[in-house]
Amino acid sequence: MSMILETKGLTMRFGGLVAVSEFSASIPQGSITGLIGPNGAGKTTCFNMVTGFYKPTEGQVFFEGRELTGMSPHQVCRAGIARTFQNIRLFGNETAIENVMIGSFVRQRTGWIQSVLMTPMSLREEREIRDRSMELLDVVGLAGIAQEKANSLPYGAQRRLEIARALATKPRFLLLDEPAAGMNPQESLELMDFIRTIRTRFNLTILLIEHDMKVVMGVCEHMWVLDYGVTIAEGGPEAIQSNPKVIEAYLGEEYVKYA
Amino acid sequence: MNLATFIQHFLNSLTLGSLYALIAIGYTMVYGILRLINFAHSEIFMLGAYLVFWGITLFHLPWPVAMVASIILVAGIGILVDRIAYRPLRDAPRISALISAIGVSFFLQNVAIVFFQAIPRQVYRPAWLENPMIWGDVRVLPLTLFVPLLSLFLMLALVYIVYHTKAGLGMRAISKDIETSYLMGVSVNKVIALTFGIGSALAAASGIMWALRYPQLQPIMGAIPGFKAFIAAVFGGIGSIQGAVIGGLALGFIEIMTVAFFPDLAGYRDAFAFVLLIAILLVKPTGLLGVKTEDKV
Repeated sequence: MSMILETKGLTMRFGGLVAVSEFSASIPQGSITGLIGPNGAGKTTCFNMVTGFYKPTEGQVFFEGRELTGMSPHQVCRAGIARTFQNIRLFGNETAIENVMIGSFVRQRTGWIQSVLMTPMSLREEREIRDRSMELLDVVGLAGIAQEKANSLPYGAQRRLEIARALATKPRFLLLDEPAAGMNPQESLELMDFIRTIRTRFNLTILLIEHDMKVVMGVCEHMWVLDYGVTIAEGGPEAIQSNPKVIEAYLGEEYVKYA
Repeated sequence: MNLATFIQHFLNSLTLGSLYALIAIGYTMVYGILRLINFAHSEIFMLGAYLVFWGITLFHLPWPVAMVASIILVAGIGILVDRIAYRPLRDAPRISALISAIGVSFFLQNVAIVFFQAIPRQVYRPAWLENPMIWGDVRVLPLTLFVPLLSLFLMLALVYIVYHTKAGLGMRAISKDIETSYLMGVSVNKVIALTFGIGSALAAASGIMWALRYPQLQPIMGAIPGFKAFIAAVFGGIGSIQGAVIGGLALGFIEIMTVAFFPDLAGYRDAFAFVLLIAILLVKPTGLLGVKTEDKV
């Protein structure tokens, strides 16, 4: 199986603090992979390094064989990697559909000046973007509230809207930062189905950070476990669940003997 | 006060108010996106007026052509100011850009003194704006109607751009979250340049109409209208375009109507704006339509 993303010895230091050290992972094409670990383990830092928000202190990122290290978030997004944020970062005063449209801008062909001058080409592209955004809203089940302001939507809808916006950038690799945060068990179940659906429909590879173990174990085929910035385990759901190091990291040393 | 006089005062207020509003929009748009008070904006206003005068006297352009040419040129100057004075400081602390803005303001004033000389110049007004129209007791200069109508048209065009085009959506996105906008493919620098261009074009239009109404040009002519328009923007809620329009109109009405009803206060005319500023800062510091900015987590 070919690898869509490979990281080699990614390390991030903030002054004396090593947030992530030597993170070397390879993510197979088309897989759903989990990145788990206790709070502060460095998961989001890994996301930030892969997506260009942080410039890693050491190490490299390869996407489809091409090196991405040191690229800006914008370039990374254009290369085909999209993400959502742990603390939702929607454009709150804009409508749901406008939020998705903004995601399409990374693929636009006509310029900003043309848009102000309202050239036929630009108008046509704007119409296409609007139609496509509507389709994406439909996919995430928000077509009915396309004209609502993003910050007036319920929490779960905001999460799905952020995913729709990420999909609008036409990614091949999608990073989800705690997609189930704040969801009730029923919503989490739906989310698992949803993640599988978009993988098939958009031909995606998905990497997700998640604390909800039901979701992680239910949807991920493979996972990486971080603790204090160090990769302590990797493997399938069963292997991870019975890995003593993982249990220790999550529950504390004294629980290991009962596991 | 009879009805005819009131109508005249009303139209004058509308004229002055829309001129303030056009300048205030430029302040508020730039602030909304960069959280920067663009102090050079009053000089952009001044350049707009001078360039028309230049085009007419030196190149013998007809009025409308000179106006359009000046607006386009000044939009270019606005973009250039951003490119040279603000863009290199995008990641610097906000105070640095503010200092840079004050520097640009002085620089442009002095460039104007060198190029246009410090002596005030008379503006030639086209005849069709001069001959008063008379309805019964109401005597109105065509200019008094022309200014609010042209301003209204420009504001509607602006609203269309901001709320119905991709570029406008880009502007709104940047003002909310510049980092995420950039990630999503909004070409931040280009959209900011466009914002400066549009804001400067409106200021130029306002400067030109100002020169038609108060037909005298001088290099520091932008200072007082600029300050007042800034106050109008703060009064309306800086960052909000609707707020800038409301603030500008409100200030126009307050200035003209106070003097109309209390002629004794005429000497304090320029002070009203500052009284208004103090009042709004005491009562509602975010302005009429302003919202408290939340710190990003």
